[in-house]
Amino acid sequence: MSTAYHVVVCASLVPDPLQTLEPVAGPAGPALKNEAMLPFVLDPWAAHALYEAASLARNRPGTKVWLVSLGPKPKLQQVMMTVAQKVPFEFVPLDGSASGFAEASAVAAALAEGIQGIPGLDRSKLLVFGGWESASRGAGVTMSMVGERLGIIDQFQGVDELKIQDDGTFEVVERLEGGQHQVSRCAGPPALFGWATGHLPEPKNNPQIGMINMRTLMPALQKAKAIHLADAGLSFDTVVLPRQLRETRVVKDRSAEEIAREIVDWISK
Amino acid sequence: METILFLAATEPDGALAPAAFEALGAARSLAAALGGGLTVGLQGPSVQTAADRIAGCGATRFLGVAGPDFGSPRYASDAAAAEALVRASQATLVVAPGTSRLSRCLPGVAQRIGGQADTHVTALGARESRPFVNRWYYRQRMEAVVQRTQRPWVILVDPGSQPPWDGPPGGAAAVEVLDVTLPEAARKTSVVGVRAPAADAQTIRPDADLLFVAGAGWTKKQGDGQAHVAEAEQIILEFLKRSRASLGSSKSLVDLGGEGQTVLSFLSHLNQIGQTGATPRHPKGLSTCCHGEEPHTVGWRFISERRAISLDPNCGWARGKADVLYVADAFAVMREVNRLLAAIT
Repeated sequence: MSTAYHVVVCASLVPDPLQTLEPVAGPAGPALKNEAMLPFVLDPWAAHALYEAASLARNRPGTKVWLVSLGPKPKLQQVMMTVAQKVPFEFVPLDGSASGFAEASAVAAALAEGIQGIPGLDRSKLLVFGGWESASRGAGVTMSMVGERLGIIDQFQGVDELKIQDDGTFEVVERLEGGQHQVSRCAGPPALFGWATGHLPEPKNNPQIGMINMRTLMPALQKAKAIHLADAGLSFDTVVLPRQLRETRVVKDRSAEEIAREIVDWISK
Repeated sequence: METILFLAATEPDGALAPAAFEALGAARSLAAALGGGLTVGLQGPSVQTAADRIAGCGATRFLGVAGPDFGSPRYASDAAAAEALVRASQATLVVAPGTSRLSRCLPGVAQRIGGQADTHVTALGARESRPFVNRWYYRQRMEAVVQRTQRPWVILVDPGSQPPWDGPPGGAAAVEVLDVTLPEAARKTSVVGVRAPAADAQTIRPDADLLFVAGAGWTKKQGDGQAHVAEAEQIILEFLKRSRASLGSSKSLVDLGGEGQTVLSFLSHLNQIGQTGATPRHPKGLSTCCHGEEPHTVGWRFISERRAISLDPNCGWARGKADVLYVADAFAVMREVNRLLAAIT
């Protein structure tokens, strides 16, 4: 008989990658210009974690998936309109800042508290999923700290594959440097997985799944706990855009041979 | 007064990886700028060889956690060793290389010891006796200078961002070996191996001088109305073989593979450069058949010299993102490049 798991996915919200971002000084530190107006998406690596969690739940009857997400309530609602159509989950919203400039340890504290507050969560079945880094802070710090707060010392980062064996052990494949992967064997839950890309494509939107999710999602959003993130002594001297523009030399109307010769000379220098 | 711990994990042979020498150089500079003491903390299967190699680095104390339990990169044992080293050193600042091994465990260690952690640090220094670090936010789209008042402050330095310490070996280092006993719970995970592509199939080469990026255009219909994926594969592989470049890909091309479309067979998500991929460090980069839009080019933040080949003269590369844009057919150009390289090699 297959084991059922309690999978909690932590996922932040980030501005749509196609948006132009500009830092501005806000009253509580740096922020993004027109942040409230920017369209947001579920953080890409965390989204992969969610798809992997849903796949695990499909193949392991009785497995439950929760999505714990910290962000401003209106943004959470906007993003969930799409995400809720992808895969089934129970939503645990936390109403607070999704800023990349927020302190990772404070975010971790909020997420860990949110996880601990999930009714009926069984630690002996617990798998905590998330992205190994976000597209906002991009630090790879938050999930590790969440794991520590939950007392989980089997942690994996840059995960591309998780296979559950017949004996209940996990085979975990993590990214290393230079295109290599490390393969580990873990005896079982609780464990934490910071996902990289994995191997699953993004699920197509399914309005039926969306309708089922929405039954619990909207009431959960209305009751979302307000979170204040402490700065923990973090301060920013400057936040600036890099020098964007180079003097691009556009080479037109030259033969492939001429261009190739120039490239080979450049490579060889 | 800050106390600085340079922390590194040793390799299976007991030596230090290049990234560790870079972090050591950064730690020494920081110690000099702050006027603080420098301690070395090493963890791994054995630490004496590494300690001897850097005995002349100016550290006043060498600490070590060694043994078979600490040989494999595993969170529970790595975190236990690092925690013991930080506590024993009483460090207020911990400088470590941002390798996959230490990036996995040190943020958790910071939480455990009541500190904070910053990763992907690209510069560090001191101003008015206060340390600061530079790091990037929103996937390399903006750079911040950050300070912290909370200690210990764990700083993971991005490999390739700092000059390495290259001082001579200083003789035998007197290493204080700490006794760290792992509880049974910390042995729940075991590392069973490393998967590496075959040598001739390895297309990711972090030490290469050139990053070659293949965009989705390689798989699109060409002038004759047909796609030429097989030829694209042959051209790219031949170029990689002759130039020893590292291969990157735009997200769209990698995603096409995930959707089951015919794409370049040797590409995986590990090759992906950009918003949801890697941000490698190479002196030069050549982009081919890619539009050069922002989500892709953020992955080029640390590529010094950038050139691109695209049929579109108005593509993103032309808007100040590349040094040179060749408006040309990449198939034709790269075929010719391969011919010229074959004549040279």
